[in-house]
Amino acid sequence: MEVPILKQGEVLIATFQAALSDADLNQLRMGLVQQVVKFRSRAVIVDVTAMDVMDSFASRTLREIALMIRLRGAETVIVGIQPEVAFAMVQLGLTLEGVATALDLEEGLAYLNEKFKTTN
Amino acid sequence: MSVGDIRVAINSDQDIVLARQRGRVMAAELGFSTGDATLIAAAISELARNIISYARNGEITLKMVNGLNRQGISVIATDDGPGIPDIRQALRDGFSTSGSLGLGLPGVRRLMDEFEITSQPGRGTIVAVKKWKQ
Repeated sequence: MEVPILKQGEVLIATFQAALSDADLNQLRMGLVQQVVKFRSRAVIVDVTAMDVMDSFASRTLREIALMIRLRGAETVIVGIQPEVAFAMVQLGLTLEGVATALDLEEGLAYLNEKFKTTN
Repeated sequence: MSVGDIRVAINSDQDIVLARQRGRVMAAELGFSTGDATLIAAAISELARNIISYARNGEITLKMVNGLNRQGISVIATDDGPGIPDIRQALRDGFSTSGSLGLGLPGVRRLMDEFEITSQPGRGTIVAVKKWKQ
């Protein structure tokens, strides 16, 4: 199941579906980095609201996406981690350290707007 | 209530998703809360991932279990891969999760109520975990 990537001005928004295989995640990683380059995007929001489980692979891939996109000079925000998913992640020792997170899409966009304001 | 056993063959990354979805559905059928069903699904995901990473092929069996005055779910991950030479090390935090090695076993142990592991180098590994309904 491919992850749709939506272009909204200078921001790319990728919305996860419930069940993503490792192959889907790898494809998303490549797709996002390529599109950030193509559209000269300043930020990426990854919306994981629908995701059923964030296991070690998914969490590592998200972290890699954020680091790769930072190297391109853009920001990444992960939004919509559900409370029970967050609980399971912490038990598994998956902390997404160094990656920006926000409650939902709206908060994610607000966070980026603030960030853009201060850098402009 | 009674729910039949489910066996999921683990041969590819797609099967990891399938196994955890089956586990979540079974947990819901058994009356686990959504939160607990997520924890069970996360544990299944890590166990299935270990099979793919270390043994390539294996199986996850999901069963309803009855204890004294309580009901739970049992998840058994079996493979005939290389086995774990040092189980104590594999159960230590930090040995796992971050790098590509990621055994994730200490995390699985925290997610579930009961945890048992048997491994023989060259023969394979069995991880059996249980979670009881609150």
